[in-house]
Amino acid sequence: MSMQSPLAKVRGLGSAKEGFHHWWAQRLTAVLLAPLSLWFIYNLVAVTGAEYSAVIAWIAQPINAALLLLFLFSLYYHAALGLQVVIEDYIESEWQKIAFLILVKFLLCLAGLSAAIAVLKIYLGT
Amino acid sequence: MAEFTLPKNSKVQKGKTFAAAEGATNKRTFRIYRWEPDTGENPRLDTFEINLDNCGPMVLDAIIYIKNEIDSTLTFRRSCREGICGSCAMNIGGTNTLACTKAIKDVNGDVAIYPLPHMPVVKDLVPDLTHFYAQYASIKPWMQTQSAPPPDAERLQSKEERALLDGLYECILCACCSTSCPSYWWNSDRYLGPAILLQAYRWIADSRDEFTGERLDDLEDPFRLYRCHTIMNCTNTCPKSLNPAKAIAEIKKLLVSRAI
Repeated sequence: MSMQSPLAKVRGLGSAKEGFHHWWAQRLTAVLLAPLSLWFIYNLVAVTGAEYSAVIAWIAQPINAALLLLFLFSLYYHAALGLQVVIEDYIESEWQKIAFLILVKFLLCLAGLSAAIAVLKIYLGT
Repeated sequence: MAEFTLPKNSKVQKGKTFAAAEGATNKRTFRIYRWEPDTGENPRLDTFEINLDNCGPMVLDAIIYIKNEIDSTLTFRRSCREGICGSCAMNIGGTNTLACTKAIKDVNGDVAIYPLPHMPVVKDLVPDLTHFYAQYASIKPWMQTQSAPPPDAERLQSKEERALLDGLYECILCACCSTSCPSYWWNSDRYLGPAILLQAYRWIADSRDEFTGERLDDLEDPFRLYRCHTIMNCTNTCPKSLNPAKAIAEIKKLLVSRAI
């Protein structure tokens, strides 16, 4: 039972005075992803059925490697921000929410870094 | 997890049926949510057939007719019957609106009437708005200034400055928009919801107010403001044809302006 006033409940712990950065980053990455996704899909279709060496050569071109890295960064950053919102929206229990946030962010970092290392490895030719 | 199904004691059961008197020619069926806190029973959906020749054109006229002539225990809020007090906000035909300004003929098929969604119910069509009103109080809905008022005049505002309040000052706080918002359903403990954010913007947009920065500080929060995902149910349902989603977007734009 709580004898707290309704206003005390609403005021709670006060404003976090943040949230702008998250919102802004989500929109920036979305704007980046629109052309980059088209570029990526176009090239994915273009290299379908090509020789392994041809695909490697394509990735190893500096402009393609740079755009791929930018694409991967925007994609995984955007996914992390979006999934964070979904988790915060739908998971009520505080510890479950935090556990899911940690898990999802960790997995997305891992996936994003692995993909970036794969591109760098090809670009650096090792 | 968020609740997607009703808890056991909230499942709506079939209720009583009241047929129209014999000889009624202009019949219409109303299905109304009923719940009494004292009986311990689940809520039920009562069916009332009424003769529209005997009652006025609006849904509020029909439920007043039912209360007067058929079942006096039917409980609902109403006051002005002209869409300015916001008391009779309820879910009619699947949309939150004011019973007094919703014409019966504008509802297709049987007229289903429920209390505002996802709020605690006090009785029948009366939701508990305590938390909603506390959220309104929390945004300090009054003019805050540092400079003293002119001793012999009002604080002046140009015509253009006054025009910025159009589409905001008309809000009657009926709670139709907030209770139509899925984000408010899941997170109303921390999310302020469209009605309160529109009201907050009403004071942010007021040229006479000198606490805009503090107001923005209080709103900048992942939950208080940024739970709005532009679902637009608020704008869709507003019985006063206001645009809470736009007001929220304006707050977000101001937060961009002050950071970048």
